[in-house]
Amino acid sequence: MAEIVLEAKNLSKKFRRGEVHRSLRDFIPALARRAVSGSLDKEEFWALRDVSFTVEQGEAFAVVGHNGAGKSTMLKHLCGILFPTSGTLTVKGRLSALIEVGAGFHHDLTGRENIYLNGTILGMTRAEIDRKFDAIVAFSELEEFLDTPVKRYSSGMYARLGFAVAAHVDPDVLVVDEVLSVGDFLFQRKSVEKMRQVMKNGTTVVFVSHNLRAVADLCPRAMLLEHGRVAAIGPSGSVIKAYMEHGSEQQLDDETKDAYISKVTLRDSRGVEAVQFEAKGTLRADIDITARRRTEKLAVVIECRDEEMYDVFNTSTQRLGQPSFTLEAGERFRASFELTIHLAPGTYHFGVYLYRYDVQQNYDARVPAATFYVRSDVDVRGVVDLEPRIVQHETTR
Amino acid sequence: MLSLFRILRRHRDLLYMLTLRDIKVKYKQSVMGFFWAILMPLIITSAGVVVKVGLAKVAGRPIRFEEVLSVSVKALPWAFFVATIRFATVCLTANQNLVTKIAFPRAVFPLAAVASQLIDFCVAGVVLVLVFIFSPLRVSIDLLYVPLLIAILIAQLCGMALLFSAANLFFRDVKYIVEVILTFAIFFTPVFYDASLFGKWGQLLLLNPVAPILEGFSAAIVNHHAPNLGWTLYAAVWGVVLFFGGSALFQQLEPKFAESI
Repeated sequence: MAEIVLEAKNLSKKFRRGEVHRSLRDFIPALARRAVSGSLDKEEFWALRDVSFTVEQGEAFAVVGHNGAGKSTMLKHLCGILFPTSGTLTVKGRLSALIEVGAGFHHDLTGRENIYLNGTILGMTRAEIDRKFDAIVAFSELEEFLDTPVKRYSSGMYARLGFAVAAHVDPDVLVVDEVLSVGDFLFQRKSVEKMRQVMKNGTTVVFVSHNLRAVADLCPRAMLLEHGRVAAIGPSGSVIKAYMEHGSEQQLDDETKDAYISKVTLRDSRGVEAVQFEAKGTLRADIDITARRRTEKLAVVIECRDEEMYDVFNTSTQRLGQPSFTLEAGERFRASFELTIHLAPGTYHFGVYLYRYDVQQNYDARVPAATFYVRSDVDVRGVVDLEPRIVQHETTR
Repeated sequence: MLSLFRILRRHRDLLYMLTLRDIKVKYKQSVMGFFWAILMPLIITSAGVVVKVGLAKVAGRPIRFEEVLSVSVKALPWAFFVATIRFATVCLTANQNLVTKIAFPRAVFPLAAVASQLIDFCVAGVVLVLVFIFSPLRVSIDLLYVPLLIAILIAQLCGMALLFSAANLFFRDVKYIVEVILTFAIFFTPVFYDASLFGKWGQLLLLNPVAPILEGFSAAIVNHHAPNLGWTLYAAVWGVVLFFGGSALFQQLEPKFAESI
């Protein structure tokens, strides 16, 4: 049996919600009030509760879960940024995280200077960076821009340099969080290659993602977190299945949400609620939003994912040219989309987000909010229906 | 509290790079470059000289050369002190994205803040030495006390940097409080004047932990006698207490940093 490099035992983390005193000016009066009234219990909640798992040397392990399930909190514990309220977490060897690449870059410093700065921040020594410098530069493909301050970099270049440094740390345990979506397409492929290569070298990898296809591809074993608890753990196939089944029963009664998606209904061309649709037919999605408190500048984002939760389509009210909307407490709102099903036969998941673009805040998410099937008389496979027609079919000479 | 020294050793490259970052950024952004390092001490010295001249006029006696020297010798460590505290207090909140995203001992931030200001202090020190070479100042064996005084000052500063940076992380108004204290501290610290000016009450001024160090500088460099042993010891005790107390408290609070910032 391989050695266990990562072990969590009954890991729990309690966070406080509500009253947080950001200044002495607020804190001292609060102390006085507390002394008088005697009540001090703040609203507390468990971000993680009794999470136990082990990861063996050389294993690729995935953590999946919906937004707010505790994935990021779990990750920050792994990295040693947060510390558990109770329970233990042991990590053997050097752990490095590809969480937010380029954290610690200074805008006024050049690419070269930032490689050294970021490298030491990530735990390398200067001698080590000297040794790996050429490899880092080659990986980033930024030779010409090494002596340019990174503030002049494009966001893609910035991410590339950050990833290049992070990818050369050579940790014993690598934690990856959604970095695969960073940067341009070619670079994404490079990142996956690097991850595979790292895994081949026997590095243990913990992968946190929404991208279930990547999870299924890369990790044989996975853990599903739900409301801070382990909902499923085991072979990634069965965990992903559990993830999708649990998906529809969202936390509708979560009182903390200012506004939430109260109902999602899919209808066919006759306006009847349906789960099966004809290819090239029409799908109408009625989305109801309810506001608990005043919520500003909202947009409804919809998406379509294939069986493996791979994103095949997404858009939003705002991207379709509608102005953002503001809801007062208690108000309801409905957005209805009509879609033409240019999809190949199969199972698809329909997801909805309530999003505010200017501050990039997600108020609510239901992924998947509904699952539907596409039926077709034409035998096409894949995810899209490109409406094939045969225009020639004969032997030529 | 050995662990602080272990951090210093294990993460010396990180400390070096963060210090280098602070210095590079400061000198890159400013037209004046290294002139920054001597600007503050120069302003403080000029202000001190004006005060001295004023006092001499009122007293109806000529201003002595040693008095001007004494002011400049004290202005340097005082400028170092003020700049370090000011810079270190915000060092954790200014690096918020690192504090919340990457794990390494947070103590390197305040320590790097002290180190980068120390370099400014050294630059200004070299300039002052050059000035002294062309002045009729004698050199004496008492100069050997200077490194000791600097060490005490650094120990005090490291302790305060650790304390204030952690405090400002939890309570954002700490930096304003520190700012106000620093602004008025010059009145309670013998920079423009000597503590002896107040006779018996001067002892009270020396309770300020930085005061004996400044007096010591003036004694060792300008007046050619050893700093007052008792008061120097007093400052050293402050240095030890602040350094170890600061690092103990800092390390105790450290696990809460990421979620509280």
